[in-house]
Amino acid sequence: MNALRMNAFVRTLPARPWIWSFIGAAIVFLASLLITGGAGAGGIVVAALSLASFAVVVGMGQMFVMSLGPGNVDLSLPANIGLASAIAMKVMNGSDSMIAAGIVAALASGMLIGLINYGLIRTLRIPPIIATLSTSFIVQSIDISYGRGLQVKPPPGFAGFTDLRLLGLPVFVLVIIVASIIAAIVLGRTIFGRSVLAIGQNMRAAWLAGIKVQRIRAVTYVLCSALGGLSGALLAAYFRGSSTDIGNEYLLMSIAVVVIGGTSVAGGRANLPGLWGAALFLVLLQVMLNTFGADASVRLVTTGFVIIAVITAAGGRVAER
Amino acid sequence: MTAGKTSIVAFSAVAKAYGNVKALNGVDFVVDAGECVGLVGHNGAGKSTLVNAIAGTIGTDAGRRTIAGQDLTEHSVVLAHKLGVRCVFQELSLCPNLTVAENARISHPSLTGWGSLRRADALIVAKLDDIFPGHGIRGDQIVGDLSIGRRQMVEVARVFTQSVDPIRLVILDEPTSSLDSHASAQLLAYVRRAVATGVSCIFISHLLNEVLASTDRIVVMRDGKVAVTGATIDFDREKLVAAMVGIVSARQNSVAKQRRGDAPLRVAVHKKHGAAGNDLDAKAGEIIGLSGLAAHGQSNLLVRIFQAASRRDRGVDVTATVAVVAGDRQTDGVFPLWSVLENIAVRSLSALSSYALISQEKQRAMGETWRQRLGIRTPDLGNSILSLSGGNQQKALFARALASDAQIILMDDPMRGVDIATKLEVYALIQEEAAKGRTFIWYTTEFEELENCDRVYVLRNGKIVAALDHDEVNEQNVIRSSFGEAA
Repeated sequence: MNALRMNAFVRTLPARPWIWSFIGAAIVFLASLLITGGAGAGGIVVAALSLASFAVVVGMGQMFVMSLGPGNVDLSLPANIGLASAIAMKVMNGSDSMIAAGIVAALASGMLIGLINYGLIRTLRIPPIIATLSTSFIVQSIDISYGRGLQVKPPPGFAGFTDLRLLGLPVFVLVIIVASIIAAIVLGRTIFGRSVLAIGQNMRAAWLAGIKVQRIRAVTYVLCSALGGLSGALLAAYFRGSSTDIGNEYLLMSIAVVVIGGTSVAGGRANLPGLWGAALFLVLLQVMLNTFGADASVRLVTTGFVIIAVITAAGGRVAER
Repeated sequence: MTAGKTSIVAFSAVAKAYGNVKALNGVDFVVDAGECVGLVGHNGAGKSTLVNAIAGTIGTDAGRRTIAGQDLTEHSVVLAHKLGVRCVFQELSLCPNLTVAENARISHPSLTGWGSLRRADALIVAKLDDIFPGHGIRGDQIVGDLSIGRRQMVEVARVFTQSVDPIRLVILDEPTSSLDSHASAQLLAYVRRAVATGVSCIFISHLLNEVLASTDRIVVMRDGKVAVTGATIDFDREKLVAAMVGIVSARQNSVAKQRRGDAPLRVAVHKKHGAAGNDLDAKAGEIIGLSGLAAHGQSNLLVRIFQAASRRDRGVDVTATVAVVAGDRQTDGVFPLWSVLENIAVRSLSALSSYALISQEKQRAMGETWRQRLGIRTPDLGNSILSLSGGNQQKALFARALASDAQIILMDDPMRGVDIATKLEVYALIQEEAAKGRTFIWYTTEFEELENCDRVYVLRNGKIVAALDHDEVNEQNVIRSSFGEAA
């Protein structure tokens, strides 16, 4: 009986690919506990959740963009995050009364970058990969001259917010969990989400089915960049200051969590729970490698291999269908 | 046809089937040396399949194929080429990113080494001068930059260039479709000169007077068989059309149409250049057919009407909401990752939403209603759309359009690959929906379907050339308008 139930569970696994990312995260977590002998488990969980939630914010935007179909990707996120972190900190200027204004400024900077991205893709008919990469270089240059490398500290209230705990978990992590539940509903149950997935499967069919294809694509790119801007502000608060390279690791990270999380690289199929599993998996993997004493290059190489392995496995699944 | 001449092509009882469709059903076909044979027939009569079998691009299932005395046992493009068969296909086969001379060199592998490009250049330009004097094409021009007419000139000239292998038979499939009348005349004159030197030619054209003017013998194909064959001088236009249509089939008892003179106008395609009147009118409750030879602008017209519904178009007025039933399911219709239900619902998302969320109950209710009305055969609407047979996928696409709020339904040859039982169900449903006031604009390649229409517009080269009322719709009238007079 039990075996039967187990079998039934295993058979539903392919329909829930995100389960694998959670299983992977759990295995890595247990492995690192074995090494440390169980010490600091609580600390690892909190740190992993915090770092994973940043990856999820950026990953959500990237997931919507990649769901638009093959070739759609936003490579301007790292530069976008860097600039937004600088703008947020400068606007806030260490004063608690300016926190809201700073967040709005970061969001605005992100949305502007999203508009530029989509403008290049649409009007000049440049492939998204090139368009967002070019935007990235421009934004990076602006950031370097604007930020001048000097770190502006976040206001005490904003920095304190990242330390705020509820039931032992950071409040901003809980907020991001709620935000991702909303994003899952947007994806599955709203016209916008359905439209994105339809466009990702077949742009022409979506157009003929009455979907406003170009408007949806524009909104998606702007949404992604806005989330990038928001995470720029949050990261500056979490790390106690803005910097040009604060978003650098989110180029690989944003794409990796989307892909490992079970979203189809070919578009049309997105998966939100998988983002969390994948983000936790990757963050915990880095924590584990850190406790092994592996250096940065080993961490990057490992992450790269994991992504290749997941895409290979996911590709096999598509072929079976 | 003179006795004693050797045959270049000798086919006997050749058959070729694609699935259940018998593209060639026992064809006997002979071309003698120095003979120009005109090959005519309606879409799907088997002309292209026959030509491909001669060129060696496809194999055949049965029968004997001989080219220049040699048996073709398997499909071999190389062997056919060696034996002297050359083709100009409807789809231009030049590489658009290369120059005219480079394209010429590709087809002559014997041109190698230093200066080969210069020799290819000389070869192709000399042939262009020969066929189309005053053509104005240079060998170093990129093919993609040339107009479609000039590209076709290059295509034709390239086929007639000779390096090592002899040219015995040239197949021209719609060679004049992109040429203006002057260049067409030049080409036809050249074909006659080539034939006089002993080259054979198979000439396919939808312009019947070209066929009548420049061939020695005409072979009419119908339903994968040679229907009629005879010397060109024994044919005239009427006889040719009659031969293509065959015995006029007994017409079904079509539903008597009520005139809908006072119904509001839903779609109007205006005449060009401000001329008074409309090329196309579609009123509420009307079923409008679009016909003519395949790919003569019918799908483009539907797309234009679709666009005009959301974006102002000075030439097209659309006064109601529009939905499309795609014929090419893979490229225009189906969302392969979705369930049957999601595929049906996608056109009606805003109608199914309340408070920004798509209601699962409304979605399911709509799906069930249309599953029953169309008889979509699936145990569960939650199953993948790809689990359905082609006909049932098509029904799902009909359901998508009919379940929507659209008052105008555009149908782009939606019955391709659909079985007869399904078709009859859908015809009845279309009649029913039209009676309720919906407008249907229906491009179809099947004559029987035009019987369902109140009015049929025939398109040729992207233009509406005839409007036939319900009583005037028959195969003969449609074919006569589709072929028209030479441009």
